[in-house]
Amino acid sequence: MECQECHKRPAALHFTQVINGEKTEVYVCEVCANEKGYMSYPEEGYSLHHLLSGLFNSTFESIQSQSGSQDKQEELSCPQCDMTLSEFKRIGKFGCPTCYETFSDSLDAIFRRVHSGNLTHHGKIPARIGGSMRVQKQVDEYKDELQHLINNEAFEEAAKVRDKIKELEEQRRGDDR
Amino acid sequence: MTLQQFMNEAISPWMREEGPDSDIVLSTRIRLARNFAQYSFPIIASENNLQHISTFIQQEYEDQTFQDYRDFLFVPIEDLTPVERRVLVEKHLISPHLAEKNHVSAVLISKNEQVSIMVNEEDHLRLQLYFPGFQLNHALTKVFELDDWLEEKIDYAFDEKRGYLTGCPTNVGTGMRASVMMHLPALSWTKQIKRMIPAINQLGLVVRGIYGEGSEATGNIFQISNQITLGKSEVDIVNDLESVVRELIEHERNARNYMMEQSSTHLEDRIYRSYGVMAYSRIIESKEAAKCLSDVRLGIDLGIIENVSRNILNELMVLTQPGFLQQYAKKTLTPNERDVLRASLIRERVQLET
Ligand SMILES: [Zn+2]
Ligand SMILES: [Zn+2]
Repeated sequence: MECQECHKRPAALHFTQVINGEKTEVYVCEVCANEKGYMSYPEEGYSLHHLLSGLFNSTFESIQSQSGSQDKQEELSCPQCDMTLSEFKRIGKFGCPTCYETFSDSLDAIFRRVHSGNLTHHGKIPARIGGSMRVQKQVDEYKDELQHLINNEAFEEAAKVRDKIKELEEQRRGDDR
Repeated sequence: MTLQQFMNEAISPWMREEGPDSDIVLSTRIRLARNFAQYSFPIIASENNLQHISTFIQQEYEDQTFQDYRDFLFVPIEDLTPVERRVLVEKHLISPHLAEKNHVSAVLISKNEQVSIMVNEEDHLRLQLYFPGFQLNHALTKVFELDDWLEEKIDYAFDEKRGYLTGCPTNVGTGMRASVMMHLPALSWTKQIKRMIPAINQLGLVVRGIYGEGSEATGNIFQISNQITLGKSEVDIVNDLESVVRELIEHERNARNYMMEQSSTHLEDRIYRSYGVMAYSRIIESKEAAKCLSDVRLGIDLGIIENVSRNILNELMVLTQPGFLQQYAKKTLTPNERDVLRASLIRERVQLET
């Protein structure tokens, strides 16, 4: 079934509206549900979302007034999912993982506000696909530890940590070959 | 295993166990948002792609067991009646958002209901893991193991700079929402909680009333969770949350002691009145029921009411919600009919104990 609002995307959501005692069934896609205000549930972070859409608009407006090229900004669209910058701006959600690259110029300003000034991830790295990133993270942690031990003149301990770093780096060179 | 088990029991099996600090902390939950790298997010993905994801999850994980989380049941949302969906929302096994979906969405639930994995909600996957009482660190270890187990077969959308990529900018990075559900009657009555909320917000944490609107919590049940997901590691986020919750526990205990010392007769009177309403009323609205449940639970925790199990609050808060009442009655009920059935279920439950 297609969306009753845009007739473009499939209808993912179903709402029953009661107007003057008459029940109407509505089938819409999520983009339209967001835009037309069908979403009525007290979603987790619901108020946050509203705050966010206001914030998006002010952030984008300031970007636009600086660059003075509104049309050019609006044309930007994601090669994987076709979401345009103006759509993203209206609904405050990404269409696909590639959107993060597509709209990357605009993201720092948004992330800074939403995540208290933070821009880069410092947490878990996927075990399988993030293998080499994980090793790098471990090496970085050992290097910090090594510096700390040297500063404290704990040379015996430091030697052990240095061996661990060596081992990891050799292992990584082996993987590359 | 059948869906019927989830529908008939108000209290999830894991809730029957008593966790640390369970006089104040009802439960701990950690949720991770994860997406497949190769597909668009559910908000915009083609039906075909969403179907692929749903079928993949069913094929790979239906009836599977991971550690203590046994026999995953795969439930397509479209197979559920509106009342059944509502019951799953009231048990916190699915979100209200997932309940509104009409196709290619599903949920995977472990037999003990500790794990629920929502499929094609706002993100392709939302993993939730629950523990009784206050056990954030343990929950984090376990949810990481669950995540790694899923990742053996799934290429996650992950970026070195931004972390786990999610549909909403508010979840990017760790994709993690850690939350603790607390019963804070003494902090509510003394209005201390209102004063504490702004300070907690400043630490990047949110306080929310669970069953009521905004911070006006019915049943004095509050959920404390992290708001920021980017730039801090999961361990740091959990540690920050942990220290705030510790603080709240201490304040709540102090406020309870203070009330006991200052006005124990008033307190006892309030608790016994609520007990009386629960034991004898014939019509009760959900708001009044929540208030009485909170009072009686406090009475149990303070040792004023004996021989009633602590679970009465957790259990009746769910059992007396509209969806559950209608599931129990096996038909739709008017609000008035619900109030009558609610009163009778509460009476029955109280009598069961005495
Ligand atoms: Zn539409
Ligand atoms: Zn995209």
